[in-house]
Amino acid sequence: MLLLNFFRSSIGLKIIMALTGLALFGFTVGHMVGNLQIFLPKEHINAYAAFLQSQKELLWGVRIGLLVMVVLHIWAAIKLTAMNAAARPVGYNDPGKSATKATLASRTMIVSGVIVLIFIIFHILHFTVGSVQPQFYGLHDEAGRHDVYRMVIEGFRNPFISGFYVISVVLLGFHLSHGLSSMFRSVGLTSPAWRKPQELFAAAFSGIIVVGMAIVPIAIVIRLINPTF
Amino acid sequence: MKITLRIWRQKNASAPGGFDEFPMDHISEDMSFLEVLDQVNEKLITDGKEPVAFDHDCREGICGTCSMMIDGTAHGPDKGVTACQTHMRTFADNSIITVEPWRAKAFPLIKDLVVDRSAFDRIIQAGGFVSVNTGGTPDANAIPISKVDADAAMDAAACIGCGACVAACKNGSPMLFVSAKVGQLARLPQGKTERYARVLNMVEAMEKEGFGSCTNTNSCEAVCPKEISASFIGALNREYFIATLKGKPVESAAGGG
Repeated sequence: MLLLNFFRSSIGLKIIMALTGLALFGFTVGHMVGNLQIFLPKEHINAYAAFLQSQKELLWGVRIGLLVMVVLHIWAAIKLTAMNAAARPVGYNDPGKSATKATLASRTMIVSGVIVLIFIIFHILHFTVGSVQPQFYGLHDEAGRHDVYRMVIEGFRNPFISGFYVISVVLLGFHLSHGLSSMFRSVGLTSPAWRKPQELFAAAFSGIIVVGMAIVPIAIVIRLINPTF
Repeated sequence: MKITLRIWRQKNASAPGGFDEFPMDHISEDMSFLEVLDQVNEKLITDGKEPVAFDHDCREGICGTCSMMIDGTAHGPDKGVTACQTHMRTFADNSIITVEPWRAKAFPLIKDLVVDRSAFDRIIQAGGFVSVNTGGTPDANAIPISKVDADAAMDAAACIGCGACVAACKNGSPMLFVSAKVGQLARLPQGKTERYARVLNMVEAMEKEGFGSCTNTNSCEAVCPKEISASFIGALNREYFIATLKGKPVESAAGGG
């Protein structure tokens, strides 16, 4: 009963938001580091991809885990947003002005979140399922491995695709700039002394994610990485 | 100075409301905002019209009764003060100032600028009692309390329950209020006896009132007339989490007593 109250309460739902958000952030950091292998010779990223694909149990464990995290994160977000919308049936004369000192990121989490979700679906269709640009998907390198290197580079040479990726990761960073500091407070792991460092952590890591993610499509579209196939 | 007040008028909760404009001349910049409202009302009464209803009591910033959005900011643009302690020098000459009631489902409108804030009273009641010894005056410092805890408890105790945190929050969340009340007692030895039951009961009461959730936007601390830190909200979340893990205390029939 107490546990049920906890998960029904706004505080419990916020703790779910924070913990699932943390898990998704952790995955994002790993994903970013993996991506940066595009700057190395093609063997590296193709071998890395082949290694991940060879670990079927681990791969599906992580995929199912991430799916559960995403579903819980969205479920809690929907419940909380509905609760918040109902809490003020009659608004103010100038609602933008009334949320004193609230950052734009903190006021638009649901908007940045929805756009990031649309991006994630597109991204999975693009590079995991291969249905966005199927002409670059089924290719293999000399070693007979899935040619991830070529798929990514040919894909990002399209300025519309790379532009969409860059905009999406900027919004992801925007989402994280509030989410990463908010998460500490939601789980109660904060104090006045830790507040500033945690805000700095959020700002720094959202910046690192944006730069580390966006640098790949940018480097390819401006032909900084320009192999011939 | 010359100003125009644009005040929300609404006969009762079910009647439609709207803004009425009141141009005011010869306003002293040393007047408090409520004194200007008094002048508006005197004029309305002289003209045989219904005066603007607004909550006020001590007019020295310590009771938490006055409650209005002044130009979109709870208690007005001045930092760390209530509406009654906001002075006209804060505003530019010839400005149009919009005055609205607190807007929240949990604070239903009664009339004009007056809202019903008894939701806060019910949260306080759910907090229950604090065990203290009665009898003679205890010796000073008989109970050791660290300076850090005493200061933090005092900061939280500064909350006057005005509701500005709810009014300013984009979600209409009362978490700053609840965290101040929980934080104050959880830090002191006198309040620790009922510590975990208190937070569970107060949060349960809070959830029943139809407030929104906290998304850590920090609007509450920006408008709080007592400048209570939003860090107390983190402490409330922790307190609630620990209390949930410990479980609600059950009185044992076999317990000595």
